[in-house]
Amino acid sequence: MLRTTLGACLGALLLLASPTHAEDKLKVGFVYVGPVADYGYSFQHDLSRRALAEALPDKVETTYLENVPESDSERAIEKLARSGMGLIFTTSFGFMEPTLKVARKFPKVKFEHATGYKRAANVSTYSARFYEGRYVCGKIAATLTKTGTIGYIASFPIPEVVSGINAFMLGAQSVNPNVKLKIVWVNTWFDPGKEAEAAKALLAQGADILAQHTDSAAPLQEAEKQGKLAFGQSSDQYRFAPKAQLTAVVDDWSGYVIRETKAVLDGSWQSHDTWGGIKDGMVVLAPFTNMPADVKAMAEDTVKAIAAGKVNPFAGPVTKQDGSVAVKAGEIAPDPMILGMNWYVKGIDDTLPQ
Amino acid sequence: MSLDMIQMVLVTVLTAATPLIIAALGELVVERAGVLNLGVEGMMVCGAALGFAAAVETNSTLLGALAGAGAGMGLAAVFGLLTVGLAANQVASGLALTILGLGLSGLVGAGYVGQKREPAPHLYVPGLSDLPGIGRLFFGQDAFVYAGLGLAAGIAWFLWRTRAGLILRAVGDDHAATHALGLPVRGVRFFAVLFGGACAGLAGSYLSLAYTPFWAPAMTAGRGWIALALVVFASWRPGRVVAGATLFGGATVLQLHAQAASIGLPGQLLSALPYVATILALVLLSLGRRRGGSLAPAALGRDFTPHR
Repeated sequence: MLRTTLGACLGALLLLASPTHAEDKLKVGFVYVGPVADYGYSFQHDLSRRALAEALPDKVETTYLENVPESDSERAIEKLARSGMGLIFTTSFGFMEPTLKVARKFPKVKFEHATGYKRAANVSTYSARFYEGRYVCGKIAATLTKTGTIGYIASFPIPEVVSGINAFMLGAQSVNPNVKLKIVWVNTWFDPGKEAEAAKALLAQGADILAQHTDSAAPLQEAEKQGKLAFGQSSDQYRFAPKAQLTAVVDDWSGYVIRETKAVLDGSWQSHDTWGGIKDGMVVLAPFTNMPADVKAMAEDTVKAIAAGKVNPFAGPVTKQDGSVAVKAGEIAPDPMILGMNWYVKGIDDTLPQ
Repeated sequence: MSLDMIQMVLVTVLTAATPLIIAALGELVVERAGVLNLGVEGMMVCGAALGFAAAVETNSTLLGALAGAGAGMGLAAVFGLLTVGLAANQVASGLALTILGLGLSGLVGAGYVGQKREPAPHLYVPGLSDLPGIGRLFFGQDAFVYAGLGLAAGIAWFLWRTRAGLILRAVGDDHAATHALGLPVRGVRFFAVLFGGACAGLAGSYLSLAYTPFWAPAMTAGRGWIALALVVFASWRPGRVVAGATLFGGATVLQLHAQAASIGLPGQLLSALPYVATILALVLLSLGRRRGGSLAPAALGRDFTPHR
């Protein structure tokens, strides 16, 4: 009986979303690390699947597997490849090696791996320049803070998180060079209780605006409860904190997913790497709320300037925490530097865990 | 640090410790009866999901908490039937219960992701709750916190001051002897398992109703496992469970405050602090009273099938 229960659970995990079959359509599969209903990272990837199904209803048929643990992803991806998919999107960093392994076995299937760095003839990679959105958040926060202190809840000291903190701080410093940033590392992507405790600690230490690089809405709710302000993460989390959310850095993969699918359909698809930002529509800021009209206008102008290439968060001069120059005046930080960022910019009063 | 700041920290320490206290106390009773239920995490997360769902539907925190406890109890009943009734392997059944609970809670909670409701009401005693420094700590918590502390006192009294408690401990120490005395070994164990499930479910509903009032899949984030470990380190004593959970909650909260106050220690070291401190304190505690042999209930984890 126990085995049956377990089997049923695993079977439910692998339940395919669209049972209908049509031979002439391109089958497109998606593999998510979390539940579709997380209203965060996996939710945003699923929005791109739904957008694709709506954009090309006669040409594609979409399927997804949710809650796929990274350790067991090879089996899930292979199952999709075996079931006649023409294009498979694997959407978590940890799916990188399994994707490559399966891709070797199925050379005719095209693979798209999000946030990874290894490619093959039939494996492309794509990611978004989240830090551009965080730069805008930093400017908003520094304008609105009354205490001059902003709290930042961080997950793990990996380059994506560190570059986000740096871009946020550089944005904030562009408004107010004396602004303080207090950082708390919670060492988890998702633990609502711990994230809420971190939010309480930061608010108690004088921060009046919170930013986060963790996945739950708990910090936003804590800010709302105490009448403070905060930024949402990954997805528009306005519903959790209608009085606290200023904006959120939203990942929008729809445009990319539709573009790549069209390329597969007309045969022009090639393996490549895409790292798109606000300009490409991959990073979108949720509606600016809970702020005066002039701040909103400033934020919108910044978004436009970044899209037009007039503003770059990592345009020199950028000084490291220890005072050494990272990017000279007139230059812009090269992508490899951002992708491997393991240092703080000057003005951040925290020791980066190594 | 001002007095109000210290109180604020102490209040958050107690709220962080409460889910651990409630879940660990339930598991303590189960293990005292000789059953090892590793499914605490699964029962907790189901309690969180069903508790939140029921509270949203009925708009009542009390009914939500009861539904949460009921969900934990329902899962525990499955576990009890397998391990106590059919003498199935307790470790495997407990692990399966965790997996089942995580899956089931996702299913139950799917329609409630992204909804929010007001947190559970806090006690307010005019005058007392406004006392500077201690008012909010002693007279301004929500009902779960008081329930957790009351439960600890109640269980300590039950286990060492009542005949039924003596029987329960005897069953956990030597099921063959208690069976020979004509005591209902399997009945006692089954009720203990149900009680443990209700506690785990209640602890889960605390998370989704009071601590962070929303539902998100897997929101327990490993607290069930910590509760399990606490029972062992507390050498199966309710008072020590409360002390251990408070120490763990306290160290967790304090290290976050230490980071926010920029004291300059690396975050990972501070994150490891709660685990190190709790293990050290409880190991030292149990060393002091040791009289040879293990402190665990002697029949813990052993199956019992009566001779017919």
